[in-house]
Amino acid sequence: MTSFYHTPFPARFRGVWAWLLTLDHKRIALLYLGAVMFWFIIAIVLGFLVRMELMTPGRTIMGAETYNAAFTLHGVIMIFLFVIPAMPAIFGNFLLPIQIGTDDVFFPKLNLLSWYLYMLGGVLAIVSLFADGPPDTGWTFYVPFSVSTQTNVGLTVTAAFTLGLSSMLTGLNFITTVHRMRVPGMGWLQIPLFTWSLYATAWVQLLATPVLSITLLLVVFERVFGTGLFDPARGGDPVLYQHLFWMYSHPAVYIMILPGMGVISEIIPVFSRKSIFGYKAIVGSSLGIATAGSLVWAHHMFTSGMSDVAVFVFSFLTFIVAIPSAIKVFSWVSTMYKGSILMTPPLFFALCFIYLFSVGGLTGLVLGSAGTNIQVHDTHFVVAHFHFVMFGGTGFSFFAALHFWWPKIFGRMYDFKRAYLSALLIVTGFMLHYVPMFILGLQGMPRRYHDYLEQFAPGNLFAGLGALIMVPGLFLMVINLMMSLKQPVDAPADPWGGTTLEWSVPSPPPLHNFIERPSPGEYPYDFSRVGTP
Amino acid sequence: METIINPVVKVDAAFIYIIGFSLFLLFAITVTMVWFVFRYSRKRHPKAADIRGDWRLELVWTLVPTLIALSMFWIGWSSYAGLRNVPDNALTIEAVAMMYSWIFIYPNEKETEDELVVPQGKPVRLEVTSDDVIHGLFIPAFRIKVDAVPGVHTYAWFLPDEVGTYFIQCSEFCGVGHADMTAVLRVVTGEEYLAWLETGDDDDE
Repeated sequence: MTSFYHTPFPARFRGVWAWLLTLDHKRIALLYLGAVMFWFIIAIVLGFLVRMELMTPGRTIMGAETYNAAFTLHGVIMIFLFVIPAMPAIFGNFLLPIQIGTDDVFFPKLNLLSWYLYMLGGVLAIVSLFADGPPDTGWTFYVPFSVSTQTNVGLTVTAAFTLGLSSMLTGLNFITTVHRMRVPGMGWLQIPLFTWSLYATAWVQLLATPVLSITLLLVVFERVFGTGLFDPARGGDPVLYQHLFWMYSHPAVYIMILPGMGVISEIIPVFSRKSIFGYKAIVGSSLGIATAGSLVWAHHMFTSGMSDVAVFVFSFLTFIVAIPSAIKVFSWVSTMYKGSILMTPPLFFALCFIYLFSVGGLTGLVLGSAGTNIQVHDTHFVVAHFHFVMFGGTGFSFFAALHFWWPKIFGRMYDFKRAYLSALLIVTGFMLHYVPMFILGLQGMPRRYHDYLEQFAPGNLFAGLGALIMVPGLFLMVINLMMSLKQPVDAPADPWGGTTLEWSVPSPPPLHNFIERPSPGEYPYDFSRVGTP
Repeated sequence: METIINPVVKVDAAFIYIIGFSLFLLFAITVTMVWFVFRYSRKRHPKAADIRGDWRLELVWTLVPTLIALSMFWIGWSSYAGLRNVPDNALTIEAVAMMYSWIFIYPNEKETEDELVVPQGKPVRLEVTSDDVIHGLFIPAFRIKVDAVPGVHTYAWFLPDEVGTYFIQCSEFCGVGHADMTAVLRVVTGEEYLAWLETGDDDDE
């Protein structure tokens, strides 16, 4: 059976056009993979430079202006061009149709359009950020600073608007596909958990992104027509902007983490040879996180001067949203109970995820609690917390997904020793990098400081050393995966012994995914159906 | 004079409660996970059991974390309430933020730049606002932080119970001088404060 690599779709295109004009969800996923990895590596380098500047107090390698530009670009690129699109656009596009037993997404042309919007958004972001000098607002673009600064915020928000549209169309596509295209015999409770998590995410993408789009339009109105909506001198309110911004950007955090949780829910059962513990609870908690997570945005604003009643409500809701995440962690750990566990690189990354995500989630409680939030808000504590969630969580689940589905996507297995070594370097460096930042935050070191008081020097030095271990690990991981591409295509269809439908098709899959109509079982994680590899 | 509870005490108690519980939970999760990986490795446990869930266990691990979370919420909220309820006899000082310095205005109209002087033992209420973009007034030693928003007056209070020197920083990113927007808080005895307040503008240029 020839793989999709040798079967262009539509069939009349050849060479580069077979990629740039393809309507095959798998090729579009690979287009995303290339683009997303490009931005990821740029953002890693920027983050590394930020960390190196902080190695010593005073100026280390760059001045304040360059530093502000570096952390702004690091944040904008990581959030909008890596963390949000990585999981749905790459693994969602590749696997969602296969997991539900169909040959493509519901709107293939819309899918290709999403990719072009993503590329356009990326180009616009960079052009706009450099059009009028280096950007210096941080990824949150808070007014009035972002309106008063010389950078071209109008174009930047257009870029974010475009990227938002791309994300929204992907969400629309996934919702429709899951509703309309499941193979006969697959009811809602036979859907694999990764697809479930993408489905919950897609609703957030579809419903929250328009709020960001409206906010961005208002910023454009503010700058072009001087509407004064956010300008206190003309009766406006700068805090209104923060509400609108976080009304999207907090749900966006769940766009970033939910698919990662879905990946972990796939990997743990496969290498434990045992069904996921509490399938329905995991599905329910995904939907619960998507719903409750949309109602907690103002916990970013406890110091903004909003009313104490609002602080009470948003702090309360924040603690509520912690519960479904805890349920997932307990379910993953219990899945391993009485399993038959085989250690592999994807499982190793997944276990690191559980630990790091737990730290991220638990430190989120410190931030959700109103009294303690006041001390650590806008300090390195917050930076450490969201890196534990976004990098230790989404990042590690992305690495786990790469190692889990790499043989499926490329038909080749990578070297395990180098994969473990890279994982070990990344996780060791990660801990040394971010744990000291919790302490720095508790001591009161604010974020976005290129220079700091003498007492913060030891923590920053340790964090810098952590980066020096972590970054080589990241590059080793990417290089190791790339090196596998030199080997012949020889991976079996089901190298790990998975039960979901993507493991029933050849690696790499043929153009239409399935040779004959697949038959989903009664239950997606029934390991009695497949043998132990 | 009624005794004033220093909110620092309550905030720190909330920190200890939440971080303590979190460390315990993290330890329990991690040890269990590592133990399972070791105990149920394929070598030691070749045949996996077929367990798909247990609603009683799931109910327990939904309800118990809910109770823990609610207790954390409450202790966090009550420490926050301490930070917001200003004692009646507080001394009010105005703080105006601008790129990139802090101006403090005392009841007798005396102004200082990047230096806040307060008498020991008397609660201080800071009325905070900004002249340009949003800044944040952050005094880590007293666990207070409040944004300085143009056109709006926000407040924070603290109880300077010990003589000493503390640092004030800007916590909301405000531009190229953000990290340099620091000030010094000097807590002096009541007599020293009164004497200092009456001296001329020695702190101005």
